[in-house]
Amino acid sequence: MDEQDINIKITDRDGVVHEVVAPTDMAMNLMEVVRSYELAPEGTIGICGGMAMCASCQCYVLSDTELPEMQDDEDAMLAEAFNVKDNSRLGCQIQMTPAMEGLEVELAPES
Amino acid sequence: MIKTDILIIGAGPTGLFTVFEAGLLKLKCHLIDALPQAGGQCSELYPKKPIYDIPGFPEVLAGDLTKNLLEQSKQFEPGFTLGERAETVEKQEDGSFIVTTNKGTKHQAPVVAIAGGLGSFEPRKPLIANIGSFEDHGVEYFIKDPEVYRDKRVVISGGGDSALDWSIFLADIASEVTLIHRRNEFRGALDSVEKVQELKSKGKINLITPAEVINVIGDGKVEGVVVAQSQHIEKEFIVETDHFIPLFGLSPKLGPIANWGLEIEKNAIKVDNALDYQTNIPGIYAIGDVNTYPGKLKLILCGFHEATLMCQSAYKIINPGKKYVLKYTTVSGIDGFDGSRKESPKAVVKAIN
Repeated sequence: MDEQDINIKITDRDGVVHEVVAPTDMAMNLMEVVRSYELAPEGTIGICGGMAMCASCQCYVLSDTELPEMQDDEDAMLAEAFNVKDNSRLGCQIQMTPAMEGLEVELAPES
Repeated sequence: MIKTDILIIGAGPTGLFTVFEAGLLKLKCHLIDALPQAGGQCSELYPKKPIYDIPGFPEVLAGDLTKNLLEQSKQFEPGFTLGERAETVEKQEDGSFIVTTNKGTKHQAPVVAIAGGLGSFEPRKPLIANIGSFEDHGVEYFIKDPEVYRDKRVVISGGGDSALDWSIFLADIASEVTLIHRRNEFRGALDSVEKVQELKSKGKINLITPAEVINVIGDGKVEGVVVAQSQHIEKEFIVETDHFIPLFGLSPKLGPIANWGLEIEKNAIKVDNALDYQTNIPGIYAIGDVNTYPGKLKLILCGFHEATLMCQSAYKIINPGKKYVLKYTTVSGIDGFDGSRKESPKAVVKAIN
């Protein structure tokens, strides 16, 4: 593990918890981390590529990690998505930075 | 029966560029796409987004790329079957394939190129338990013929451009239009939002926000929807209506292609990338985002390359044994199937005294 790596916990759509290591120096977001570890089948996550336009990377934030503020496009997309809860975020809008150390999320169902 | 040389499934950037490369080899193409317009994701998901990694274009809007690709291949007169999804493929005794769409349109070609991206776009259906039983009985996810709604009561739900645009359009046709959205805010082109505001003030659109349709009621057909007025204020009521149109966008699904006997891995079609992007069924190729092979990258520029090599291989299937050498467009120009010719201007040979 490099010093710029962080630890995050991701519960996949089958309820399996994965503890993964994510780099903070590769401009990666949470959706891309999920894809790089293949925690959701290709074609079911990150469909729009990370433009906050499809909600296929919706997740529920379980830890009290302080997250980047929600931008208008993410807010609007979540207003149209299904299975949305108060702790819903789009994984593609959460950048992997040192501040995300210890983040815990659960992937929302595919829709 | 529509007959062509290369039948392309998917009219996104890769499919459209295939028309051009095939045209250089004097092969005709026909494209099938589930969406009502060409361009695939580029037109459906992000037409206004700039793309920065198309070679030769420092920046191009996805919508403009589609327009350019259509322009680039138009002299090769591609045919289009739009708004229909390729459903089945049947291999014929002569080696050709017949592909039939969900609407029954039949296409025959010796070569099929699947350029289906992430699959065909299907409507995202709201999570309402009984909604399935009302589909085609008052619940519609697409508006195909607005006249169906003349003098009828319509409930539209959704908060994006299509919900706004159709509410505006149907305000003049339907007897009553109700727009229901989970938020007070809508995301869409500013003038659409303003227009809905104006129609609401005039009483031509009945706006219910923040609210959600949680149930459909009726006997054999839609007679009303149950609306819950936001989660925080517990209040449910019925809005009587003849039609309920949920417009929550589209999401791509591999769909019927998954049952064609093709080798599938990670929701993509396995191809021979050492040679020509052919699938395990000879004569059927898969190019662009829909295929997979070691080192695959889902990039438009990779789709262009794959389309080019695929056409060379298709040429050999269609013209067995025929001699061919690669020609450069700078040298040979382009002869369109419409009789047009493009060529580089001849150099001037003139003495300087």
